[in-house]
Amino acid sequence: MTALVMNTTETPTRRAWIRFRRNRAAMLGACLLVVLALSAIFAGAITAVLGLDAEAVDLASRYAPMSAAHPLGGDELGRDVLARLLQGGQVSLSVGLAAAVAAAGIGAAIGLLAGFQGGLTDSVLMRITDGMLALPVLPLLIVLAAVDPTKLGMSADSGGAASVVRIVLIVALVGWPGASRLTRAAALSARAQDYVRAARAVGVHPFRIAVRHVAPAAAGPVIVAATLAMGQVILFESILSFLGLGIQPPLASWGAMLAHAQDTIWERPMLAIWPGVAIFLTVIAVNFVGDGLRDALNPRAVENR
Amino acid sequence: MGRIIIQRTFGAGVTLLVLSGLTFALLALMPGDPVDLLAGADPRMTPDDIARLKALYGVDKPFWERWISWLGRLAEGEFGYSRMFGAPVADVLPEALLRTLSLAIAALAISTVLGIAGGALAALKPGSIFDYGANFLAFAGVAAPSFWLALMGMALFSITLGWLPASALPADPDAGFFERARHLILPIAVLAALETAAILRHARAAVGEALTQAHVQTARSKGLSDFRIIWRHVLPNAMTPLVTVLALDLGALASGAVVVEVMFGYPGMGKLLYDAILGADYNLAMAVLLLGAGAILLANAAADVAYAALDPRIGFGKAET
Repeated sequence: MTALVMNTTETPTRRAWIRFRRNRAAMLGACLLVVLALSAIFAGAITAVLGLDAEAVDLASRYAPMSAAHPLGGDELGRDVLARLLQGGQVSLSVGLAAAVAAAGIGAAIGLLAGFQGGLTDSVLMRITDGMLALPVLPLLIVLAAVDPTKLGMSADSGGAASVVRIVLIVALVGWPGASRLTRAAALSARAQDYVRAARAVGVHPFRIAVRHVAPAAAGPVIVAATLAMGQVILFESILSFLGLGIQPPLASWGAMLAHAQDTIWERPMLAIWPGVAIFLTVIAVNFVGDGLRDALNPRAVENR
Repeated sequence: MGRIIIQRTFGAGVTLLVLSGLTFALLALMPGDPVDLLAGADPRMTPDDIARLKALYGVDKPFWERWISWLGRLAEGEFGYSRMFGAPVADVLPEALLRTLSLAIAALAISTVLGIAGGALAALKPGSIFDYGANFLAFAGVAAPSFWLALMGMALFSITLGWLPASALPADPDAGFFERARHLILPIAVLAALETAAILRHARAAVGEALTQAHVQTARSKGLSDFRIIWRHVLPNAMTPLVTVLALDLGALASGAVVVEVMFGYPGMGKLLYDAILGADYNLAMAVLLLGAGAILLANAAADVAYAALDPRIGFGKAET
């Protein structure tokens, strides 16, 4: 059955895919993302094949230039920069993915509630969303990052994996308003559709209408919002880690690598280039894909621009 | 007109009040209150002393009670005392505010001019190299981490070329105006670059939209020059949506200012906030956060009012959506 549907040319998914494929920037971004994701997933294997080690301190190759042994040179402790970049990518990308899913989930729930309920709920929730969008994000991130987890009844452990969970939570708490906006708009338009009104007239429970009839209509915008949120949360993570408030050693993310690069920038300005390029490429690729998805999933948006 | 001004100001005020409560709650969740910090500095203090001091200063009360008393003090014009500076917060703020404003206004002025000019050029010649360039710059500006841009600026202009200083303040406090301005070039340029990218995208869209209107077509068919068309017929129309977008971007500008101030060691509001939070100076943090948020909320309210005033199609009563 599914195969049959997939083979006909006119399913909405297929039409969206055709539109997406025509968008060169989006396809470029998608390819770039696949490469980045694969290199993060197989970071261990790649470094092993190249004979590199992300943690091996080797003072002889301190600030080593680019060479066959160290393709991107060595850092201030003689660790291989390429290996660390791959390992940092693992952390940055998984934090980005987890936080984007969490942020889109929070935003979708809020947007669905606001768009479906309307009235006072809608006004209050959208006031909050607008406030979050207008106010500067970074001070909020810094404040959240400085909160003492023990005062919230969580464990005091803050190194390694605990810092990853903490940063995902912080970043998701700040990254949801975009998703909330998009979901609300979709929910509002779905609510006015005849099939939703019919369901209501038949006396279906509002919760069931929201989940069965309105939420699927909002799926496209939520996917777009999650994609765009990923670019944002990766930037948030990088800046917090750069300021020393995010990922804690021994783990390293791209932002944390740049923090070290700043300390040694007078000796080796080159070290500050690679992690930044990695963040930049990831975020721009994610944004290209997100914009492409938005246009592909909502054909009217293209005409309006 | 009066109604929308009152409505928006009131809305901003309520938001600010809620925000102050939230901020207060978050700051209460940070490690250590003033008495803990005092106890840490003096090993001779017994647990009894600590409990007595906590009761004396009221830090053992729930945060909302402390928030209400904080609001009461604020109503009397009292921001409290900064632990870090050993001075009243009200004495520390004005200079920092002035520094941040000069940084932000310079960056905003440069990026508004560059962004609108670039956006107009791109919109006038769709599909041209300008259009693609502007589009790419807009995407790049959103994707480039602000702190990385600052690092690259330092690496290139301060370290490799040696043209500009990497700190925002001269070592000599009596330096003249030009010397001080020279130290600010790099921070302003970084901030302006980020903001230009944001404005470019909106300006391209707004000008593109205005170009399709009938009176612009008429002006074109009369043979007016591109510059005259843009200046006289397009910009006045494009400015209305741009003002709102510019106001919404102020939040991003403030975030950028925090990064730039911390990285270039510029003691404005952003660096003050960062130091205050890391240094557990909560009175100072509270004042900086609310002052910043208040300024941005007011700017947004002002933009809403301006939008309604500039566009007669928006009914004053219907502005609330």
